Amino acid sequence: MTEAVKSPAQMTVSDEVAISIHKMNKWYGTFHVLRDIDLTVNRGERIVICGPSGSGKSTLIRCINALEEHQKGTIEVDGTLLSSDLKNIDKIRSEVGMCFQHFNLFPHLTILENCTLAPIWVRKTPKKEAEEIAMHFLEKVKIPDQADKYPGQLSGGQQQRVAIARSLCMRPRIMLFDEPTSALDPEMIKEVLDTMIELAEEGMTMLCVTHEMGFARQVANRVIFMDQGQIVEQNEPEEFFNNPQSPRTQLFLSQILGH
Amino acid sequence: MSDTHAESIRFVRETTLPQAEPPVAERGIYKWGRENLFATPGNALLTLIALYVIYVVLSAVLPWLLNGVWNASSLSECREILAGETGGCFAVLVDRWQQLLFGFKYPSAEYWRPALAFVLFFVAAAPVLFFDLPRKMLAFTALFPFLAYWLIWGGPVLVPVVALVGFVVGYLAYAKLVTRSFAGGFFGGIAAAAVTWIIGGFIVDWLSGPSSLLRAVPSRDLGGYMLNFMLGVTCVSLSVPFGIALALGRQSSMPLIKWVSVVFIEFIRGVPLITLLFVASVMLAYFFPPDSNVDLFLRVVIMITMFSSAYIAEVIRGGLAALPKGQYEAADSLGLDYAQAMRLIILPQALKISIPGIVNIAVGLFKDTTLVSVISMFDLVGMIRGPILASTDWNGVYWELLGFAALLFFVVCYGISQYSQWLERRLATDHR
Repeated sequence: MTEAVKSPAQMTVSDEVAISIHKMNKWYGTFHVLRDIDLTVNRGERIVICGPSGSGKSTLIRCINALEEHQKGTIEVDGTLLSSDLKNIDKIRSEVGMCFQHFNLFPHLTILENCTLAPIWVRKTPKKEAEEIAMHFLEKVKIPDQADKYPGQLSGGQQQRVAIARSLCMRPRIMLFDEPTSALDPEMIKEVLDTMIELAEEGMTMLCVTHEMGFARQVANRVIFMDQGQIVEQNEPEEFFNNPQSPRTQLFLSQILGH
Repeated sequence: MSDTHAESIRFVRETTLPQAEPPVAERGIYKWGRENLFATPGNALLTLIALYVIYVVLSAVLPWLLNGVWNASSLSECREILAGETGGCFAVLVDRWQQLLFGFKYPSAEYWRPALAFVLFFVAAAPVLFFDLPRKMLAFTALFPFLAYWLIWGGPVLVPVVALVGFVVGYLAYAKLVTRSFAGGFFGGIAAAAVTWIIGGFIVDWLSGPSSLLRAVPSRDLGGYMLNFMLGVTCVSLSVPFGIALALGRQSSMPLIKWVSVVFIEFIRGVPLITLLFVASVMLAYFFPPDSNVDLFLRVVIMITMFSSAYIAEVIRGGLAALPKGQYEAADSLGLDYAQAMRLIILPQALKISIPGIVNIAVGLFKDTTLVSVISMFDLVGMIRGPILASTDWNGVYWELLGFAALLFFVVCYGISQYSQWLERRLATDHR
């Protein structure tokens, strides 16, 4: 990873609240997936969420853009309260970008069309302008030359970078990453992480579910550990990795760092 | 010194061998024949048997085709000309081609009208079928149904104009109201169109005199292959959008819409088409207001469309189910609303998967239009079974007439099939 990266503390975090989650609960049927989640994210924060599988970390960030419905408590994104009102949900979704584990690019559209679709139809940007924006972000993720290809012709790492560019084209104020590197071959993980680091340096508010602990150390200003639907521990990365408090965190870290 | 140094282990080649032809048995037609026709004794035996079968079939069919009589006024005259030799009596096609194509009641002076509509149909269908063509051609496609109606049925030009205006008004009302809510736009659009049609109906009654530019032809005078083609085209093009709506309805999270779709699909699929056609011809009148006289053609179109849209809905549901959940989530996460997500992301992919199934149903539907002959509509088969075979001149000419009918249907169905294969190749973008 690039050496010019500023340490997490140097990157600016403002006092402005971007996301505030209060006493949020979610059930799948009778199964209590998320229990009393309280989380406030300030603008410019880079938060890494980790935890064993089934701990609810993906569900948590999917609640933030209403891909999953929560049943109790409140979620406020950029001052908009997330309710079942479709207009509210669409507004929040167009402000919050999301990257998925399996990229979820649209296979019937070219890379450029993937990137211009939402700006044209949601933001009503003129086509030409949308294409300029798309090329700008494709250059940023370093694949402008693939713009006319279809997703199926690209490698996994390239597809994930396109997915990031696609989200950025909506000019989101917050980015959610749901295990963006878990479906990638090891040599492609770096290119995606580099893109994410660059994004962090520019001050993007990011919530990232990942097991890339190097990335967490380097970029995050806060690491959250979840287990059984609860936030068990959160701390600055140095403290979190060097001096974990809860025994469950200690066990988890020893399992993922110990090999 | 020898060329290859064969006696030593060290080896250096000093000359290049000239390129040689493969042996005779290994090239050209010998190779092909040996590998494909006479590879093993069993294979050779099958080849010989196949050749014999081809000979038998051709020796029966070729004289019948080549020796056929094309000019005669009746079957007995055909037999006189043939004088005991084998030969088809194709004179019936020459004598009755107008009835086979247009039915026996369509005024012969007006044949140019359906013929022109047929030609224009290809202009209208082209931009829908081949999307590389300029999109502006779709304007003609939108006008075509009204133009074709006027050409085929004739009568006052105001009728299709009022119908068209109704659609335009309905759309404008929809576009105006949909920004507030979809349901409001939907029902507002329908109401606006209905009001336009009712007012237009009075204007048509009031204005139209006995004379009109094109002579009016009632639906019961339509017939022949024209009827099959009209039913096929109308029902296929109506049942695809209805099928999509039903498939989406069946997936809906709104219980009312979901259950209406499910009940409709399951009921229609559980009933034979011929039953529905009898309902259309006899019983449907009970469901309309007592003094209304809904056209038989329209009733049949409604029934066939309902029937095939239920099947198409199930095919499309399969396509929708084949899409990964991530596609819906990605569309949602970008802030696309339901209509945009369906139109831009989900349906293009689901329909592509469904193409073979939809085409299967379209081909079946087109052939099923011959079933209308049992409710005394004189389509191609109805014409053959009825007026032509019943006439004293041509009683007994089965092979020629039914072979001709089969040929007409085969041409269209094979065309549809070839088109769908081209379309699948054209749309294959994901695995290149």
